[in-house]
Amino acid sequence: MNDTQRPLIGVLALQGDVREHFAALAGAGAEPRTVRRPEELAEVDGLVIPGGESTTISKLAVAFGLLEPLRERVRAGMPVYGSCAGMIMLADKILDPRSGQETVGGIDMIVRRNAFGRQNESFEAAVDMADVEGGPVEGVFIRAPWVESTGAEVRVLARHDGHPVAVRQGRLLATSFHPELTGDHRVHEAFVAMVRGTADR
Amino acid sequence: MSSTSPAASAAASGNTPETGTARVKRGMAEQLKGGVIMDVVTPEEAKIAEDAGAVAVMALERVPADIRKDGGVARMSDPDMIDGIIGAVSIPVMAKSRIGHFVEAQLLQALGVDYIDESEVLTPADEVNHSDKWAFTTPFVCGATNLGEALRRISEGAAMIRSKGEAGTGNVVEAVRHMRQIKAEIGRLKSLDNHELYAAAKELRAPYELVREVAELGKLPVVLFSAGGVATPADAALMRQLGAEGVFVGSGIFKSGDPAKRAAAIVKATTFYDDPKVIADASRALGEAMVGINCDTLPESERYASRGW
Repeated sequence: MNDTQRPLIGVLALQGDVREHFAALAGAGAEPRTVRRPEELAEVDGLVIPGGESTTISKLAVAFGLLEPLRERVRAGMPVYGSCAGMIMLADKILDPRSGQETVGGIDMIVRRNAFGRQNESFEAAVDMADVEGGPVEGVFIRAPWVESTGAEVRVLARHDGHPVAVRQGRLLATSFHPELTGDHRVHEAFVAMVRGTADR
Repeated sequence: MSSTSPAASAAASGNTPETGTARVKRGMAEQLKGGVIMDVVTPEEAKIAEDAGAVAVMALERVPADIRKDGGVARMSDPDMIDGIIGAVSIPVMAKSRIGHFVEAQLLQALGVDYIDESEVLTPADEVNHSDKWAFTTPFVCGATNLGEALRRISEGAAMIRSKGEAGTGNVVEAVRHMRQIKAEIGRLKSLDNHELYAAAKELRAPYELVREVAELGKLPVVLFSAGGVATPADAALMRQLGAEGVFVGSGIFKSGDPAKRAAAIVKATTFYDDPKVIADASRALGEAMVGINCDTLPESERYASRGW
């Protein structure tokens, strides 16, 4: 652990909205750092897997030898937060994977990619999220996945239209939507608190 | 596709989901950052692009190199071809409409494409007006050769900008010129005080509010990609080092000797754009690059970048 009060949190920077997560983490009291290589991963206290194209992120993680180190750190208890494509990367299983699409896994759930539809169906809606104080968060859903089913260890933190769209299992947090696009840092603050909590144990 | 529309869920929850908002349109482009968008003309090519790690494909009937060769009027693609490509891949599918041809854009929206490129590569349908892009749920990307042009497109509703370059040439020189121009003009705006921004808006022929926003942000308010002439992994990395947040590759992939390998190499070089060792490794044994055209031998009538205003 680096500075407990201002933990060093990586943003997986293979592809996607890295800059927005970077800004949200800084606003939520963390020290953000981009992660593209195993040695960069080894230095961080926690990690965000950003929104992006899950097939692209998965292929690049395999090509650059990051997938196994990511799995090892997740098994060892590193806190990780994934939004949209990041949620897909944290799922143990994808309902409709493309050929060779690997995930890091860690959350006992099955996700359905693009479940809310294509871009024309992408939407904004208020989301009531457990563990986040101060009223609903603005949910920005872009070709978003939803959680099809969850194992016993998974807590569903929020639903939209009956489908789980925010979940937590242990130190892993995932949302279908993109709080990083809203300027509201409460979800990132909840994650930073999880990372700080690891230091206490 | 979801069986329940957001509208239906709104009635149930009393919480009204909104589609087609600026945040949803611009946010979609944010998800493409650091990625490569590849021109494809068949479902098979679309699958090769997806397998190589493309973040999206651009569905079109002919790549720009063939549009140059064949001549004639270049129009929106055949709906069956677009359907075939949408059905073949899970990544976003973009398609091109002619400049000012808002009915082609309406058709593309009805076909369910994820992004519309109002593109100078097709033959313009209107020599004065671009389409009113605010009127659509589907977001638009538009080309620009300078900052004023980029801001005019954004004021018409474009949710993403790409520098134009010179499509179908395999020559990166124009892409570099346009990216440098846009970045230099943004840099200049940052150095101006509030009094000077009004005159700057007049010079740029762009709305004052957008000019002020760029001066404050130090960047465009939407994602900026590069396009037009990228043919090698080093070209893609060059455009990223010059400030592009991602790249479009048109003829450069499927007009080369080994498209699958070159596509994957360009994806790697786009992510590790600042690591010459990775780019060098990705550049090995790619086979022939597309032949390419010297841009200074192109007659004015064949310069696509001068279309649009």
